Amino acid sequence: MPLRWWFVLVGLVVLALPLSLLAGQVWINPFGSPVRNAVPILVELRAPRAALALVIGGGLGAAGAAMQGYLRNPLADPGLFGIAPLAALGAVLSFTTGVAAQPFALPLFALVGAALAMALLVLIAGRGAGGGIGRGVTLFTLAGMMIASLAGALTSLVISLSPNPFALSEIVTWLMGALENRSWHDVALAAPPTLLGVVLLARTGRSLDALTLGEAAARSLGVDPARLQARMVLGIGLVVGAGVAVAGIVGFVGLIVPHLLRPLTDQRPGSLIVPSALAGALLVLVADSACRLIPLAGGELRLGIALSLIGAPFFLMLLVRLRRDWA
Amino acid sequence: MLRAQSLTVPGRLDGVSVDLPQGRVTAIVGPNGAGKSTLLSALAGLIAGEVALDDRRLADMAPRDRALAIGYLPQGGEVAWNLSVETLVRLGRLPHRTSRGEDDRAVAEALAGVDLASFARRPVGTLSGGERARALLARVLAGDPGWVLADEPLASLDLAQARALLLHFRRLASAGKGVALVLHDLAQAINHADHVVVLDRGRVAASGAPEAALDPAVIARVWGVEARWLGEAGARALVW
Repeated sequence: MPLRWWFVLVGLVVLALPLSLLAGQVWINPFGSPVRNAVPILVELRAPRAALALVIGGGLGAAGAAMQGYLRNPLADPGLFGIAPLAALGAVLSFTTGVAAQPFALPLFALVGAALAMALLVLIAGRGAGGGIGRGVTLFTLAGMMIASLAGALTSLVISLSPNPFALSEIVTWLMGALENRSWHDVALAAPPTLLGVVLLARTGRSLDALTLGEAAARSLGVDPARLQARMVLGIGLVVGAGVAVAGIVGFVGLIVPHLLRPLTDQRPGSLIVPSALAGALLVLVADSACRLIPLAGGELRLGIALSLIGAPFFLMLLVRLRRDWA
Repeated sequence: MLRAQSLTVPGRLDGVSVDLPQGRVTAIVGPNGAGKSTLLSALAGLIAGEVALDDRRLADMAPRDRALAIGYLPQGGEVAWNLSVETLVRLGRLPHRTSRGEDDRAVAEALAGVDLASFARRPVGTLSGGERARALLARVLAGDPGWVLADEPLASLDLAQARALLLHFRRLASAGKGVALVLHDLAQAINHADHVVVLDRGRVAASGAPEAALDPAVIARVWGVEARWLGEAGARALVW
């Protein structure tokens, strides 16, 4: 990516961060009259929320870029591996069993779900990577889709058998994805695995570049498919698992952000991962701030809904433009 | 010397032994399903098997060392993203880990080598079939491997483009590189290769100098077609 776009991206994040801290139901004007409880609002409510938005958005952006590079498909999304749905199943189970009230129980259940999905992926598809050319990625994607579909069905089953309406409403609200009322504990829980995941994914850049030429050519350039697959599962698993654990399902970021940035880069998957992390962080930060500002009778607009509301029409627009290019 | 010894891949190759000499163009020919692509993949070290490069087993080599020694151009020429020609060719430098300047030089040289220097900034999606084939070859050349193995590089190219590419391969062999090509057109093999390997149902049916390996008797036995060569050595045409 040309240097000026790096400046633009970093500049926008630097600009959006303080704005996000000041915006909300209570506006804090640093130059105006003092606001009551300004410090606790900033430090205890908005700062962890903004930090979490950056962490989750950054992770999802990087995961989306890596995933599209790995599957050589611009429509791929980090959700395809089935890690997010199984993490969500874990979280839903923590609600129905009633342990969600315990500190850290909900994120831990979600992380266990994510880990289980990773283990299943490697067990089912791991051998395909070393087996033959062309089979590895297909087998892997199909396994991921089956895990996602199974986890989705089990989640619906658990919800339908839910013992009480309170748990039910909590589950539904949580599944929509949100960052409200998150604390520094959530940041401490999500940031390290996400950061590790992003570093792992960024380090797959060269292999993903080689994969542009197909699996056979990538192997002839020295790429070890089994190692690449392991890094992808671990990287995506850490990022998506941590994200679902603290924020629920937040869609569209991993799909849209790499799309937006690809024309600004030289189109290599490896050159897209870190910029996508930056842009993903920016998108979630701005979307979450917007959620706080839109007045709704029942409280706040949920982040997951907001992103889908922005994302889906935007994606349709992209498709229309793509069709025009093809014509 | 790239040497395969009793190479067996279940269902594909059955005890294939071939010696490919350095500095020569070797053509691998045979009917559909004879195992040509499988043999080339094995020679590139992508399929487990007894293949040795100058007495070093490929299986014992680190993937990066193998990548530096052998350039492989797969069939079909997939390019997943709409890279510029220069970015595409630069992918050939991935195993090298050299300085940016050195990579730039190698990329420019490879592009000039296939007469695509003025195409560096063009997106791959806008190239014609022949230009694309040359850009993909430049990707392999940018890595400066001692061996170039190409799977049907001339497929779907017109006469002029196929000739241009064959001349590039000839130049590589003259410069001392080993070249192995899977070819479908027997006339291209007999006229442009130094050494021909004929595969039939996973076995070597003939191997040696082009005129001998592609004798009408071999063609009748392997392809089941009564054919004969017209013209002089080096300018043959096959009729049947």
